[in-house]
This record gives sequence, C-alpha cells and structure tokens, in this order.
Amino acid sequence: MRNPNPAEGNLLDNENIMMINLAKIKEILNTQSPDLTEDLARQSSGITRQYFGRTITLYTPLYLSNYCSSYCTYCGFNNHNRIDRMKLTTRQIHLEMRQVAQTGIENILLLTGESSKATPLSYLKEAVGIAKHYFTGISLEIHPLETEDYRELYRHGVDGVTVYQETYDQTRYKEIHLSGKKSDYAYRLKTPERVAASGIRQISMGILLGLTDVAEDLWALYHHLGRMERLYPGVEYSLSFPRLRKIKGHDFAICNVDDITFIKIICLTRILFPRVGINLSTRETPRVRDHALGLGVTRLSAGSNTSVGGYATLPLQGQEPQFDIEDTRTVEEMIQLLKTKQFDPVLTDWRPIKNEIV
Amino acid sequence: MKTTELYISERTEDTPLVIAGKVFTSRFLLGTGKFKSKSILEETIAASNAEIVTVALRRIDLERHEENILEYIPKRVTLLVNTSGARNAKEAIRIARLARESGCGNWIKIEIMNDSKYLLPDNNETLKATEALVKEGFIVLPYMFPDLYTARELIKAGAATVMPLGSLIGSNQGLKAKAFIKILIDEIDAPIIVDAGIGTPSQAAEAMEMGADAVLANTAIATAGDPPLLAKAFAMAIHAGRLGYLSTMPEIHDTADASSPLTGFLYEKS
Repeated sequence: MRNPNPAEGNLLDNENIMMINLAKIKEILNTQSPDLTEDLARQSSGITRQYFGRTITLYTPLYLSNYCSSYCTYCGFNNHNRIDRMKLTTRQIHLEMRQVAQTGIENILLLTGESSKATPLSYLKEAVGIAKHYFTGISLEIHPLETEDYRELYRHGVDGVTVYQETYDQTRYKEIHLSGKKSDYAYRLKTPERVAASGIRQISMGILLGLTDVAEDLWALYHHLGRMERLYPGVEYSLSFPRLRKIKGHDFAICNVDDITFIKIICLTRILFPRVGINLSTRETPRVRDHALGLGVTRLSAGSNTSVGGYATLPLQGQEPQFDIEDTRTVEEMIQLLKTKQFDPVLTDWRPIKNEIV
Repeated sequence: MKTTELYISERTEDTPLVIAGKVFTSRFLLGTGKFKSKSILEETIAASNAEIVTVALRRIDLERHEENILEYIPKRVTLLVNTSGARNAKEAIRIARLARESGCGNWIKIEIMNDSKYLLPDNNETLKATEALVKEGFIVLPYMFPDLYTARELIKAGAATVMPLGSLIGSNQGLKAKAFIKILIDEIDAPIIVDAGIGTPSQAAEAMEMGADAVLANTAIATAGDPPLLAKAFAMAIHAGRLGYLSTMPEIHDTADASSPLTGFLYEKS
C-alpha cells in the first residue's frame, strides 16, 4: 500500500481524482430546473439499484457522554452551553445497549463529545467491549485520535469511525470552532487517514450543510474522499450530509439548504461515487427520508435518541439533545416502512471476527 | 410440465457437474444479495432450479430466526457461504471458520477484495486463504481474477473449482475477460465457474457455449423487475449454452464460406 506524505492540509493537489469541476457543481446546485433534478434522481436511483440492490442498512446512534472541551458554536454539546453533563457508567452502558438491542438493531454508532479527559481511550475500549455483547457492527463518532489509539480500538472490535470535517472553508472553520482540539483544522483533516492506517474497515466522512457555500464544501469533500480512495482503497467509505439544525433557539446556518438542493447533493454524490455509502440521519423529516430512500441513500439511522442516557437510563429527565430529531419513528416502524416500499432492511451487515493488524 | 423442466429433462450426452465429489444437475449458481425481500429471494431460488446458493456470512443473522436469510433457502440446496467483506487471507479464514462453527457447512467461496471502488479479487491473498482452508478440511471455491498461473496454484492447493470473474462485479458487462477465461477452460482440470458481471441470459449462454462448467449470477437477477422470471431465463440460457457447447458448434467465420469447392477442378479427371 502506498503511503505518501502529502502536504499538510492540501487536498486539491491531485487533479486526476476528480471528474467534475467546481463550476459544474455550482451550476447543478443553482439551476432551478425540475427537469435537471429529475434527471439526476433517475441516474442516481438506477446506479444505487445496480450497486446496492433494494437494501437499506439500519443503525442506531447511542450517546455515551456529552462532556466536551471544544467550543463549536453550532453544537448543543459545546463547552459554553450550560447543559447537564453526563457520562454513562458501566451499568448504564449495559442498560442503554440492551434497550437498543431489543429493537433488533445490530449496527450501533457510539458517540461522545470531544473530550479526551472525560472519555479517554480506556473508557472507549470498555464501551466497545460491552457493545460486542449486544451488536455485530460497532462504529464510533468521537474526538479524533492518533493512529495507535485507533489501532487499539480496532483490536477491541471497532469496525467503523465517523469523522466529519464539518466545513473545508478554513476561514469559516476558525470562526465556528473557537477553542479546544477541534479548532485544529489540519489535525481533523488528517483524521480519516489516521483511522484508515489503523486497519479500521469503515470510514464515514461528511460536511455540515449550511456553514458556508455548499458547492465549495461539496467539491472539497469529493476531493477528500477521492484522495482517501487512492490512499486506502480497501476501506468502505460512506458520506453524510447533515443539515444544520437549531440548538436552543439559535440558528447558525448562514445559508439554508432547501430540500431540492439536499436531494440534488445526494444524487450527484451517487453519480460521482457509485459504490460509496450514503447515510441519512433522523435530523431529516420522515417526508424527506422516505423519498430519499430510492434515490441514493443506503444507510438510515432509526429509533434515534440524541441525548446521553436517552434510551433507558434517564428517559424522563429530559437531557439536552445534541440536536433535535425530526423523524421519531421506531426501528420496527422503519422496518415495516422499508418492506412496504419494497426494500429489504439490513440489520446484520457484519460478523465480528477478531480484528488483527496486518 | 413447465417449460424449464421440459428443457432440462431433455436427453443430452452431458455428464453432470461434479464439485468435490458432489453431483449437480443444474449448472446455475445463484447469489442472494440485493434482493428487495426474502420472500422474492425464496421464489427466485425455486425458479432458478439452482442447487448451489451463495450467502455472505456478514448478512446471516445467526442469533435471530425471524428474518434469518437461511430460513429462506431450501434444504435441498448446497449452501456456499462467501467471505464477502474479507480484505485479506486472515480475515477470509476467520470468516470461513465462523461459518463452519455456526452450522453453515464447510463449502466456502473465498472472496477477498481490498478495493472498495472496483471490488476486484486479490489473487495473492485468495491463494493464501485457499491453501490454509483446504488444510482445515473446507471445500474451497475461490473467486478470482482470471489468471492462468493463479488458477494452477489454486488447484494445486486443493481448490475444488476456480471462479473467474466475467467482468467487474455487479456491472452487468458480461464476458469482458472472455479470452482469459477461455485459457482457464482449456488448461485447468477442474470446473470453471464464471462469476461476476454476468448481466443477461445471453451473456450466461455465451460463457457456457465456450465451455464454462457453470455460471453464477446475482445482481442482474436481484435487481430485475421480476427476479424469478429472469432466474428462469438464466436457467434456460445456461442449459442452452451447455447444449451448444456439447454439440461442438461450427466455428464462426468472418467471411462467407463457398459451398462449392474452389480447387475442385484440380482433382477432376480430364
């Protein structure tokens, strides 16, 4: 495997990765033509059907902790937000996981705030160890780590890591990531490479839609993914396009991404990257989710609660969520919906084998 | 009697397909991924008459019975678990062992890919996994890039067949690798099962006409509007292609062939 050492932070150096230019993306996103949208959707749904068939993988997020040492203006967990901070105990992790596992979910996404102090490697390893008793697929969305740490987690059974750059606009990035580890743009940018180098098999990347010019961020994300595919072809990649949501009454979006643009982004991504997974969370409304299903999305979260302890531990205490959920349907309701729409809901998509460093 | 049964019960001079001592009358292997529902899959297996069906271990819900894909595969069928998701020999070996421990039998299709964009099989790692798994008593059917040297080594290592790709998996491009598969058919003394990229019944027939022993198809059928109907069409095409091969068809010529000899006059008695 090649292991070049590219210039820090420079993603735009490899021209042959991309087959589309920024002007074209802008044109596609800005053209107000129902025909163009329809054309994109038709191409995208055909490609999705060819490469993924009529299957949709389901997963559920589980928040372990909301302690955070970063100040990201758009996030409900930021360290300037006065919310009750909480970290699940061993017993609580069991309770939460048992509750989620009872829904039939086999793919779990474990999340924390960005605090290596509150949720150190030892805590993450423990949580992963417990998760192995309940689930066949384990992914993490946590603060960025060093390759060695990822390797350690991989050995403990981690299959995937989600890490979003949020925005590739460095000026904007600095404006909204005011302090903490996350304010280091370059360190975050290199995180997917550190994850891949550890042996972890799935990486999910993404941008937070609404922080800056969407076309420019999309273009940069495509470059980043293209570059990752070259460096680490064996990794299964997926992309997410979370739209910025209000937190505690604040609206941080500087440009709102409407449903038409959102759907175009999904379709364009599918056309450019036929085999990449596309995730869709419960941030989106049931209407958008139900229609996006056949258009390019391959992975849906279901039955989600974005508060720490939200499934079993403290369901009545009203912990502050990281973001508000729009789609509150249960896992069973999503399974039935998929079947009605003639999709096969995939719950088990990996069998844990002992991960070994090659 | 159904049309397919009619065709298949026709008298031929054919010998059955034998893999690892097991006799099969059908030369059509069916993959089970990408179907829109388990019940359509069940109908499709029935329509295909396939006697070997592949299932990815990663998709088998071993802990639960409801929705477990194995519940939809008839007992008459030989289960061929594949190692989908394995990126190297070690992972493929672990998946194979887990499959056997889970009661899925010891027939294993080795699928090792370390490229999520093209999903091309890694022949080197496939060979390593084959060597190890044969020693552990597995019946090994390796999916491979059609390379003569690798095919020879695989058979030497004890593989029951070789399964060269027709073209990129899921692409429906047909026999892009035809010339190289033909070399395997000519040189390898083991069943050659063409796997991956076969998108239409005519492509499957083409593979059989040139002498392949069997064809595996999945994506084209799973994503068709009517999967059982297309499965039936594949079964018929594979059978037709086989009969064509057995008939020692005349060669295809680029030019017209004069039916009267051109040099006959030389031998005429004057």
